[in-house]
Amino acid sequence: MRFTFKTRYEQDLNLAKHGGHRFWYSLLLLVLAASPWLISEYALAQLTFVLIYGIVGLGLMLLAGFTGLFSIGHAAFLGVGAYTEAVLVNAGLPFPLALAAAAMLSAAVGVVVGLPALRVKGMYLGISTMAFGFIVAEVFARWESLTGGNAGLHVKAPQIFGWALDSGVEFYFLCLLLAVGSTLAVLNLLRAPTGRAFVAIRDSEISAQSMGIHLAYYKTLSFAVSAALAGLGGALYAHMIKFLSPDQFDIIQSIDLLLMVVIGGLGSVHGAFLGAIFLITMPQLIGAGKGLLPDAIGQAPGLKAAVYGIVLIAFVLFEPMGLYGRWLKVRTFFSIFPFYRRGMFKRQKSFQKSDRLR
Amino acid sequence: MQVLQLVISGIAQGCIYGLIALGFVLIYKATETVSFAQGELMMVGAFLGLVLMTMLGWPFWLAVLATVLAMGLFGVLTERLVIRPILGQPAFSIVMLTFGIGYVARGAITMIPGIGTETHTLPVPYKDQVVRLGELVLNVEQLVVIGVTVLLCGGLFVLFRFSKVGIAMQASSQNQLAAYYMGIPVQRLNGLVWGLAAAVAAVAGLLLAPITFVHANMGFIGLKAFPAAVVGGFGSLPGAIVGGLVIGIVESLSGFYLPEGFKDIAAYVVVLLMLMLKPNGLFGETMRKKV
Amino acid sequence: MSTDTTPLLSARELSVRFGGVLAVNQVSFDVRRGEVFTLIGPNGAGKTTVFNLISRIYTPTGGSIHFDGIELTQRAAHEVASMGVARTFQNIELFEHASVLQNLLIGRHTHRRSGFWADLMFTASARKAALHDREQVERVIDFLDLQHHRDTLIAGLPYGVRKVVELARALCVEPQLLLLDEPSSGLNVEETDDMAYWIHDIRREYGITVLMVEHDMSLVSKVSDRVLAMNQGEVLAQGSPAEVQVHPGVIEAYLGSTHDLSSLRRPSA
Repeated sequence: MRFTFKTRYEQDLNLAKHGGHRFWYSLLLLVLAASPWLISEYALAQLTFVLIYGIVGLGLMLLAGFTGLFSIGHAAFLGVGAYTEAVLVNAGLPFPLALAAAAMLSAAVGVVVGLPALRVKGMYLGISTMAFGFIVAEVFARWESLTGGNAGLHVKAPQIFGWALDSGVEFYFLCLLLAVGSTLAVLNLLRAPTGRAFVAIRDSEISAQSMGIHLAYYKTLSFAVSAALAGLGGALYAHMIKFLSPDQFDIIQSIDLLLMVVIGGLGSVHGAFLGAIFLITMPQLIGAGKGLLPDAIGQAPGLKAAVYGIVLIAFVLFEPMGLYGRWLKVRTFFSIFPFYRRGMFKRQKSFQKSDRLR
Repeated sequence: MQVLQLVISGIAQGCIYGLIALGFVLIYKATETVSFAQGELMMVGAFLGLVLMTMLGWPFWLAVLATVLAMGLFGVLTERLVIRPILGQPAFSIVMLTFGIGYVARGAITMIPGIGTETHTLPVPYKDQVVRLGELVLNVEQLVVIGVTVLLCGGLFVLFRFSKVGIAMQASSQNQLAAYYMGIPVQRLNGLVWGLAAAVAAVAGLLLAPITFVHANMGFIGLKAFPAAVVGGFGSLPGAIVGGLVIGIVESLSGFYLPEGFKDIAAYVVVLLMLMLKPNGLFGETMRKKV
Repeated sequence: MSTDTTPLLSARELSVRFGGVLAVNQVSFDVRRGEVFTLIGPNGAGKTTVFNLISRIYTPTGGSIHFDGIELTQRAAHEVASMGVARTFQNIELFEHASVLQNLLIGRHTHRRSGFWADLMFTASARKAALHDREQVERVIDFLDLQHHRDTLIAGLPYGVRKVVELARALCVEPQLLLLDEPSSGLNVEETDDMAYWIHDIRREYGITVLMVEHDMSLVSKVSDRVLAMNQGEVLAQGSPAEVQVHPGVIEAYLGSTHDLSSLRRPSA
């Protein structure tokens, strides 16, 4: 079992808390960097998707998991980023500028969507984000001159001054770079006053205000950063799938994103990536398992929905801390074997913690 | 005249939204959880009615009664098996669970061999009938929706005002701890509330089926019921119906007078306006934490 | 001790109405710099409401509050902390899913020196600011003996410790005025004694003025300079602890008859 003997405050401040952390994460980075030569082209493409959804998940995790603001229309930001990137790259803009523009425009939309957060909370906020999600999706469909409407929009490969990143490997490295950068950015925010302010807002708004935290500013900031990350992910997504249509950014996509962060583990950065892995591998598993099921079930169009539903229910019932929580439990079990006790990670239940004025 | 026609069809559609919204407001008031499964429960209710009427050939009234009771039972079971174990977890998790229930319901329906993947018509006795009032041509289907909604609301009003169960439900929704102390079987009541909400959803499904046909994606209509509940004010039962009517009428009028696409998002624009102007909805209670 | 004799906080004809209920009615008082001023009164007297008015959680329907010469009712709730007012809550409003250390660091929010972009890239200046914050927070941890609990999540702490963490968090704000809402509620005799010493030390070492709501009369007598008794939203009596405790109106509000309060006091230390 590891005991970190702390002698300096920096040890608490640094991202890598001890040698073990540094070792394993460096190894992970090394493996990821070497992937194009280790796995098949198809697997690399899936890994790229995992990175992209991971970036989006980071944003949603920041908003829902760390600031406690629920966004049921997050696919809208994904879409704004995707369409912005598509339009700009098709017009010939170099991709660093296009990516930045996609992120910034998404952030701006995020600020607008976040406006109700200043007046309403909880479910009301969730419904308003859902409303925005529907409206933005409809705008994608109707603004045909820009987005091609329901007929769809082709996306060219990212390019900069003539050099186009049209190979899977080159694009993968771009995504890897951005994913690592986004993760570091979010981790930085979380160990700084900004991130603490987010957590304060999640846990007790009144208390946060009494500590001097300007609720409106930080809520808006959280929406902006979250939307920017989703927009960045969306821009990369546009290049991966090469053809956009408005129904890729509907309520189902929004719920899939939420599913991703809940199953990954709400409130943890790892959860974003674990959830992304789940979201990308699940369809593959379902596809592989289809043959084993009787036709009525295996060929049903609702199979994916049913499986997702069952997995979601199972996680909420049995593993509310998500995949990351399960990983923590397994790791703790082995590290303090045989002293692991069943209730070690039990969170205290909060009953009827009503915000209603009695 | 056109306007009146549109308004009436808007009211009928609004009643459907209102009924589904009623379901989640009931659940919200009792257990402070928001259930996104209501739309799918409506769809399941419609399919159940379809199966009973067409495949088993039961007479109309028997099928309706059986559907409503069966769905009510389903709601009670859902609460017992899936919701009760997770009470006490953060609200968000519970909401995600209800999404999961909706997903499973939708997926399961498509697995029913033969009928799951297609669109069907529900053979109701008043199908395709119209009533003429002067220049107005009214669909009997729509009138039935409005009529049943009025009756159902009246019934619920009587239930909550005058019956022991109803008063106990109100007590439990206002202060659960005190209800426990008074000997009210809170958990059993919660089960009953879920059952009631599912039954109301089933009624909505049976009413909607003649208008939109029965198919696995019917549940998405239920998403519009959320703006209805918010417009009415989330803790208010009459508010749910009123909210539904508002959304229904606005939708109907914008379908005719505004360009293409506005009809689909009318509900959402209305809810955003409401949240800006009166965040607690038309009849909602002011929520403020007491410190 | 400051030689400035103007009151640090002064409330004038403060009133607030909730629907039909006049929760606070024409309450006026001054809190002098460096003193410990206590509000007492039966439950429902409006004491916590006065606190909530000062922290701008509620807006008064009449009257004014001046802090250090500045009219508070013009300010937003989050500005109160940066002006130098910190508070604890009656029912403990800590950040449940964060550690004690993180809660205290949030207390230092008004002293943050790094903006959003510096945080995002965790620049050298952000790092320096973070280390400085940590040092300041450690001083408070030392003062209140919270070293054992530094990294524990609030959700895992016993009630008595949580009360101390609330106090610590308020101290991290480095306030001029500290509002303590029932600091001894739920604490046993030893913990209450500790609290009395801490309040003394807060005043002596940090020079912080304390405005407190309290029910435990022995604690009130031990630490307060002046006391204000309230009942049903109105001021009953004001003066030194001894004076107020024998005031007939106060006795009647608590006990309903002219009965000596000394039977309520614990054998004094």
